[in-house]
Amino acid sequence: MLYDLIIIGAGPAGITAAVYAARKRMDFVVITNDIGGQTAWSGDIENYTGYQFVTGPDLVNKFEEHMKKFDVSVREGEQVADIKKKGGDIIVKTDKGEYEARAVIIASGKISRQLGVPGEKEFKNKGLTYCATCDAPLFSGKDVAIIGGGNSALDAALQLIKIARQVYIINIASQMGGDAVMREKVTANGKVKVLNNAQVTAISGDKMVTAIKIKQEGKEREIPVEGIFVEIGLSPNSGFAKVVETNEQGEIKVNCRNQTNVPGIFAAGDVTDVPEKQIIIAAGEGSKAALSAFKYLSHKR
Amino acid sequence: MAKTVTVYSTPTCPFCIRAKQFLKDNNIQFKDIDVSENHEKAQEMIAKTGQMGVPVLDIDGDIVVGFDKERIKTALGI
Repeated sequence: MLYDLIIIGAGPAGITAAVYAARKRMDFVVITNDIGGQTAWSGDIENYTGYQFVTGPDLVNKFEEHMKKFDVSVREGEQVADIKKKGGDIIVKTDKGEYEARAVIIASGKISRQLGVPGEKEFKNKGLTYCATCDAPLFSGKDVAIIGGGNSALDAALQLIKIARQVYIINIASQMGGDAVMREKVTANGKVKVLNNAQVTAISGDKMVTAIKIKQEGKEREIPVEGIFVEIGLSPNSGFAKVVETNEQGEIKVNCRNQTNVPGIFAAGDVTDVPEKQIIIAAGEGSKAALSAFKYLSHKR
Repeated sequence: MAKTVTVYSTPTCPFCIRAKQFLKDNNIQFKDIDVSENHEKAQEMIAKTGQMGVPVLDIDGDIVVGFDKERIKTALGI
């Protein structure tokens, strides 16, 4: 079947696009890995207008309720593998099937950047994690390593100082970045050992992580740890969208109407090159993209 | 008969909160185990799943790792 529109992603941008598309009575489907995207991982939110204070999970529940108020078809837990043009229409290939639509909105957001070293995939959730907020409490009394040198690494360190035995921070740069207040708090703590100019080369273990291998000043060495927290930032989830133009960071280039360089393919939210990544901006961009797609389809008819 | 449901979680994990909310919304009773406080149960969870990520749901012996809504629904028969 041929849809009017396929929305990829169900974070603030994708969900808002879905609400607008439903109100325009477009025939569409939402294909997404999860509901909420990065908002689901957020702690306290104090800058989403109308809510003086709301937690990430609560806001996601509100978003989801709002979308499901309409009879929206959501394919959750489905990964998009490829997008391509077919005549004037667009084919979206996923790990579970193939869909065809006259327009597409890519709102797939950002995902945790990976180290790309041997052992990373094998030991994911077996001592290696990308969510310190979720998993830190499981490492009490253990030696752990945090990879990264920015605010998210410092934030993970502040959580782990309270529970772990020894905290190594493996930083690829010559000195730690992030906010001075946090940095001072972390580096002043006796449990913390910062290793600058250090590159991770491998993760090793048996059933669970037992050590991390690093290279510092040309020398490789192994540090025994049971926990590894990867905090090296986020990258745009645009790998499947090879058909559209991206910038150097991999962000999809859009104009002020959320159009990509391919007619019929729109993009919104954190996956795009729109400056500032905020929940409220992503939501606004999602609505713009849906309205642009609606106009595009009206002209095409 | 109602199934026995246990949720292994940490208080800070957003997907644990969403998983528990999902169970509540569907009127499913469950036992909530905070693995950040209860180390014995944390070991039990790791032994059951061979991994350390939360949440883990034990639905009558059917183990679901993560907030995988479809698998949770299937395991619950809803």
